[in-house]
Amino acid sequence: MNLLNDPIHFIAQWLQGLLTGWGLSLVLAKVILALISITVTILFAMALAIFLVWVERKVVARFQDRIGPNRIGPYGLFQPLADIIKLIGKEDITPALADKFVYNLAPVLALASVILLWAILPLAPNIYGVDLNVAVLYLVAAGALGTLSIIMAGWASNNKYALLGAFRTVANMISYEIPMVLVLLIPTLLAGTMSVKGITEAQSPTWFFFLSPLGALIFLISAVAELGRSPFDLSEAESEIVAGFHIEYTGMKFGLFYAGELLHAFTFGGFTAVLFFGGYRFFGLENLGPLVAAAIFLVKAMFGYWIIMWIKYTMPRIRIDHMLAFNWKFLTPLALTVLMVTAVMEKLLAGTSPWIYSLGLFLANLAIALATIEILHAFGKWQRKTEASTKPALQAGQYYEEQNP
Amino acid sequence: MSIPLSWFLILSAALFCIGLFGVLARKNAIAILLGIELMLNAVNINLVAFWRYLDPAQMAGQVFVIIVFAVAAAEVAVGLALIISVYRRRNTVVADEIDMMKW
Amino acid sequence: MTPVQIVFILCAVLILGSALMVVSTRKLIHAALWLIVTLFGVAILYAILEAGFLAVVQVAVYIGAIAILFIFAVMLTRRELRDKSPQLRKNWGAAALLGLLAFAGLAFLVTSQPGVGRTAAAMPDGLDTVQALGKSLVSPQAYLLPFEVVSVLLLAALIGAVYIAFTRKS
Repeated sequence: MNLLNDPIHFIAQWLQGLLTGWGLSLVLAKVILALISITVTILFAMALAIFLVWVERKVVARFQDRIGPNRIGPYGLFQPLADIIKLIGKEDITPALADKFVYNLAPVLALASVILLWAILPLAPNIYGVDLNVAVLYLVAAGALGTLSIIMAGWASNNKYALLGAFRTVANMISYEIPMVLVLLIPTLLAGTMSVKGITEAQSPTWFFFLSPLGALIFLISAVAELGRSPFDLSEAESEIVAGFHIEYTGMKFGLFYAGELLHAFTFGGFTAVLFFGGYRFFGLENLGPLVAAAIFLVKAMFGYWIIMWIKYTMPRIRIDHMLAFNWKFLTPLALTVLMVTAVMEKLLAGTSPWIYSLGLFLANLAIALATIEILHAFGKWQRKTEASTKPALQAGQYYEEQNP
Repeated sequence: MSIPLSWFLILSAALFCIGLFGVLARKNAIAILLGIELMLNAVNINLVAFWRYLDPAQMAGQVFVIIVFAVAAAEVAVGLALIISVYRRRNTVVADEIDMMKW
Repeated sequence: MTPVQIVFILCAVLILGSALMVVSTRKLIHAALWLIVTLFGVAILYAILEAGFLAVVQVAVYIGAIAILFIFAVMLTRRELRDKSPQLRKNWGAAALLGLLAFAGLAFLVTSQPGVGRTAAAMPDGLDTVQALGKSLVSPQAYLLPFEVVSVLLLAALIGAVYIAFTRKS
């Protein structure tokens, strides 16, 4: 192993030799190395979060047909630094009668639940935090910690609107965990392992996106709902319910929530890339070196993040009862159906050639999509017919309210 | 792993007894349920420790723990639904005040 | 003192300390939050015991669902005066004594067993616990029947909870 092929292990071995040469025991050297690697991961994730603030503002500006920040630094690249200086300089208000410890802990926990996910993302075949063999379930567990931080924030603000917003957001998030867990089983099924690195390696002939496009779509939808981003941000948008659970947070604490949300969106873009788009693989280019593989992964993750931003800045907000109805009446049965059909087709086509395998699974997904559209079509027609038969007929130029004055 | 088995068993016994104290000495019905959760977690620690120390190849220990997870979740759901329903009628969650079937 | 032992002792202090806070703190919402700390400590313990799947499921199910359910229930049944009156019943002394006696009895029982001070053998080579667990949950010779019964139990609990807590709008 040398520096080019395996940078992390090379540097770790060198540092370990250095520390033991200074007289520290091997165990203590390993502990110090672990702490250093954790710090480096967190620093990388936080630096990425700062960069993502600039990306977000430029992309939203382009979607809205304007230029975005272009004054501070070339192309406005230093705008996030100006934002950070502004946020740090703001007055730090704690509401009276707020529970101080919980109030201060909530934004920290929200950011921590995102950075925990960076421990399992593989940037390159040899650059990753840890190769957990239950990494897919770890993703769900870290999402649960994020949900907890929102309810802590909502309750500790001692504000009825914050509490209501937190209730709604948490109800939204735990509802959309169900289709997400069901769809996360599809890459697990197709790869035979829950380890994220194993799933990346198993996408060898075809990416899982082509084997299960419906699965990728449902994962994207539930990921956007889990993030609490538009169009599912009824509970925390500025113009709804007075900004929801983070209404009482000022200055850098709000900055932690905001940066945490952007980093969470990018991390989910990264997970979409890893689970469905092949991760750091790209027709063998990743063997050129770890930096090339990391660049491929970051490009794919940025593409996933761009799709999430695209959805946010194009679609209008969804009402809370529509959100929950969409989840429980449509997305969960669809996710169950896709999972069962994928499992059956995978067993039936297990030994065949990769082309027939991919084509079979893709056609099964297409069949489910067509059947769903037909069912929705028939349901819509039936609903319109029953409504038309119960409402009295309109005269020309008359509105419904005029009929019963 | 260099931790003796007795350490795990004593830890789980201590957690169980703290949960027992919580169940017996707390007024609020939800606090009683919190004590029950502590006892269930103590039992789980015991099960996993025995699985690891006696025969890790046999999955009975982990399967038992998963069933305890599911049973605890079901019990908490139904228990909290009952408490909320009682709160709506009697406007109290203190266990001592819910002592008459009908008045 | 090996590092694993140090980690275990820290973890044990975390679990027992937060459990004591759960049963003795006055504000109920703080009790629910201390329970989350206890559950997290138990998850760390599962990771020490090399049951990684159970550690992650503990965080996802207990902290992500059950603890949030507790917090919701505490918030929905709040009365302002409750947090200020004493939260322990009058017989808490007897309960504490009973707890201590039970602990003494259990500790004596545990330490008097032969071979309880053993350290663990290494995990068998090539054992993939997640795969073995999955296979044992769905194979008819192993634990398929309890698995199906538990799913029926969860369905019954779901229907029961919805029915009990349902309010009609009329």
